[in-house]
Amino acid sequence: MNEPHYLQPLLPTPFHSRTQAACCTALWSGWAGYQSARCYTHVEFEYFAARNQATLFDLSPMIKYRIAGSDSLPYLNRLMTRDVGKLAVGRVAYTVWCNDVGKVLDDGTLFRLDDNEYLLCAQDRHLPWLQDSAIGFDLEVEDVSERFAALALQGPTSYAIVQRMGFDDLMSLRPFGWRRVKYRGAELIVSRTGFSGDLGYEIWSAPDQAESLWDDLMAAGADFGLMPMGSDALELLRIEAGYLLPNADFMPADHATRASRGRSPFELGLGWLVDFNKGHFVGRRALQAERAGSGRYTFVGLDIDGNKPAHESLIYHRRRELIGHVTSAMWSPTCKRNIAIAELQAGREAMLDDLWVEIYLKKELKWEKLMVRCRVVPRPFFDPPRRLATPPAAY
Amino acid sequence: MKSVRYDAIVVGGGHNGLVCANYLARARQRVLLLEAADQVGGAAATESFAPGFRVSSCAHLVYLFDPSISAELKLADHGLVWSAVDLPSVALSQERAVLSISSDPTLSAGEWMSGEHKRFDALMARMTRFASVLQNLYTRVPPRLRNRRGDIVALVQAAWRIRRLGRDDMRELLRIAGMNIADLLDDELNDDRLKGMLAFDAVLGTRLGPRAPNTVFTWLHRLVSRAPAAHGGIMHPLGGVGALCDALSRSAQAAGVEIRTGARVESIMCDADRVTGVRVADGEEIGARQVISNADPQQTLLSLLGARELDTEFVRRVRDVPMAGTAAKLHLAIDDLPTFVGVDPEQARGRLVIAPNIDYVERASNAIKYGEYAPQPVIEITIPSLHDSTLAPPGKHVLSAIVQYAPYTLRAGWGAHRDEFADCVIAVLAEYAPDLPDKIVERQLLLPVDIEQRYGMTGGHWHHGELGLERFWMWRPTPGAAQYQMPVEGLFLCGAGCHPGGGVMGLAGRNAARAVLATARP
Ligand SMILES: Cc1cc2nc3c(=O)[nH]c(=O)nc-3n(C[C@H](O)[C@H](O)[C@H](O)COP(=O)(O)OP(=O)(O)OC[C@H]3O[C@@H](n4cnc5c(N)ncnc54)[C@H](O)[C@@H]3O)c2cc1C
Repeated sequence: MNEPHYLQPLLPTPFHSRTQAACCTALWSGWAGYQSARCYTHVEFEYFAARNQATLFDLSPMIKYRIAGSDSLPYLNRLMTRDVGKLAVGRVAYTVWCNDVGKVLDDGTLFRLDDNEYLLCAQDRHLPWLQDSAIGFDLEVEDVSERFAALALQGPTSYAIVQRMGFDDLMSLRPFGWRRVKYRGAELIVSRTGFSGDLGYEIWSAPDQAESLWDDLMAAGADFGLMPMGSDALELLRIEAGYLLPNADFMPADHATRASRGRSPFELGLGWLVDFNKGHFVGRRALQAERAGSGRYTFVGLDIDGNKPAHESLIYHRRRELIGHVTSAMWSPTCKRNIAIAELQAGREAMLDDLWVEIYLKKELKWEKLMVRCRVVPRPFFDPPRRLATPPAAY
Repeated sequence: MKSVRYDAIVVGGGHNGLVCANYLARARQRVLLLEAADQVGGAAATESFAPGFRVSSCAHLVYLFDPSISAELKLADHGLVWSAVDLPSVALSQERAVLSISSDPTLSAGEWMSGEHKRFDALMARMTRFASVLQNLYTRVPPRLRNRRGDIVALVQAAWRIRRLGRDDMRELLRIAGMNIADLLDDELNDDRLKGMLAFDAVLGTRLGPRAPNTVFTWLHRLVSRAPAAHGGIMHPLGGVGALCDALSRSAQAAGVEIRTGARVESIMCDADRVTGVRVADGEEIGARQVISNADPQQTLLSLLGARELDTEFVRRVRDVPMAGTAAKLHLAIDDLPTFVGVDPEQARGRLVIAPNIDYVERASNAIKYGEYAPQPVIEITIPSLHDSTLAPPGKHVLSAIVQYAPYTLRAGWGAHRDEFADCVIAVLAEYAPDLPDKIVERQLLLPVDIEQRYGMTGGHWHHGELGLERFWMWRPTPGAAQYQMPVEGLFLCGAGCHPGGGVMGLAGRNAARAVLATARP
């Protein structure tokens, strides 16, 4: 294709014939060069289906890298901040990786497929970084994004649906585990992972099985309230689940043109993903210096008075001194709370008892400004016991 | 873990490694120097290449070596004798008489165009003032851009030295610093022979042609030899350039350095982000608190230490240092003195340069861009046996020539083309000395690949990696590694790949020793 990028149409995913047919709103967005439905019917239907029944989300545009070779583990341990050695075959880990100065480049999920084979799923493309990080290691890094069609099946009835599909094996599958299951003479990978903070699965198939998989799942889910869900509803789920989104909650360090915009794992509240005892990893020296006391920011969950979402609000101490800003916010229908994820300047612990957010509100074209009290609360905001229950309850 | 035996291990016994080890031992460190080859010297060694004939195998003239190092290390007491000093540079020419210049302007000979000598002297006087600023930077560990007192003082001092040149000179330095040598010489001079030879001086050891930006800077690098604090002339040690390293070696041993040759270091070991020692080719592990590498940055960091101990962006920067050398060496054993047309016996002792005009040099440099060798190369010839009888049997001579441009990788593969290139060089030499071919008894061609293999210099590069404004001072070899100290604690570089770059100078070695000693102090 020699067309300039702005003349290139977004690509269809392997599920396109189905998502297109289901999409009543014609609301699409671009995701990694693919067409991705923002909303099929109504964002609230889809949100409530995810929290009370189950939803199907087309995850295919996710970028996937296969890492294979005898040095895979030492390579990943040098690349990632956490100890990948603790990840067993059959398990999945949430992970971040940093640049030399210890700022996060992206987050993603890492599947250990075999002793020397891993799959890394991420929002952004990173092949040059992953390949240059492989200098001095014996392994291969390949972009295998197009080899998988992927669906997220999430919600309280999702286990019942996979049972109805005949994927019996999944009873003992714990959160952050994956299994191979037989499907129409082929194999799928099913992982108990997702972005909803609830019971749910992600299903990874060959692209040529995508359409039948969609159809079979929709049929199996008919009695369990399954409906397709777009990215707008997913955004609400992930805020309730307290997950950070690159480019929304933080700037990936290689996207930021202002050097100061990069954030370290500590500054993102992801210090638990940093392991200093596993040998060298990229950014280690910078992070060690930071741990010694130079962190500039902290991430917190906020509970805000009232019911007006504090989108992109500034945060003040005693209504006066600016000490942070909201990165994601929503009125949570499930929690019945007005919640937000926010970045605060570090070292302001003494001020946390008197925090205010400034909310700009448009009421029928007229702007109003509110100063509303808020409190720091733990994340996730929504964390039902069924997320972890193994075996999951049938419905 | 093994018990730590040495304070410092120096990897490589090139002249910089020898200098560094010496200064460390003088500061009462227990130092072991490990050299892969059977003798020290690296790219500044004298070797036999034909029965009875010896030659300085890479560097064949000394002009940058810092006199204060000679004095501090008492090299004269350790046997260093110069067989010649203040050798002239002679521009060979087929069309017109040769032109020769010397560090002492009164010795310049040949037919000068009217006013040209005056213009030349004025240019050299000015360039020498600029080179003095550089010389001063060269004798110090580069600062870092951070708000520490020592760094700020160093930056202010550097700025002050430029300011102190006076307004006109400062303006001129800033104007020309990033410029190409061809434009500068065309502005200032008229004589093609002179301009050709000076352009040659500027590009020697680089992959640049005289119309490439940065070549005024590479010329200044060489002109550091003319700074008042430097030696001045072009010199040759009795016994070849290797004799300088032999004196360095004796001086180092006298200071307490233990030297082992035939000991190739296979890896630099570290634990918990700290150097613990080295492993030698036979498997022996030797412990040390500090490891200082005279090997080039790429070999040291990517092969001996390994990328795994480093961060990705840093590894990229090290990998991206251009390492492909362009200078080859041709050594001829000759049974009688050849006659270079128009060159008198006094001139013949010096440096004979085939670079008759700027276009010639530029054309020679073109080849390298496309993976070809220059069929009409630029050449620097010396016949050291004229003043050094240790190098050839009585009545016979050695001709040592640096030939540029020879690519590290020839697109067509060097295999069959190696002899073709040597023939080509001899044919060019014969244009200036027609009787030469008949006098050749033996010849040896060292291409950049050979130099890499023999002396462990990646790419066979003169400077252990290209030199230029972007790879100088705080940026050499790469930002974040310009103060000799590497990211892994206890690991240092001390070779030509660091500030201030290549050439037989010794300053990288002495600066590195200072950096090592500065970290040792609490
Ligand atoms: C063709 C050519 C001609 C030149 N002509 C001149 C000239 O006329 N005048 C001039 O001033 N400069 C000249 N130079 C440049 C000059 O020779 C070099 O810049 C200088 O010698 C570099 O010195 P060094 O000590 O930094 O490194 P080197 O001389 O390269 O020394 C490095 C040493 O480390 C050793 N080593 C490497 N790896 C290992 C290992 N793993 N274990 C143990 N030992 C190891 C090597 O064997 C070598 O002895 C020339 C260069 C070339 C290539």
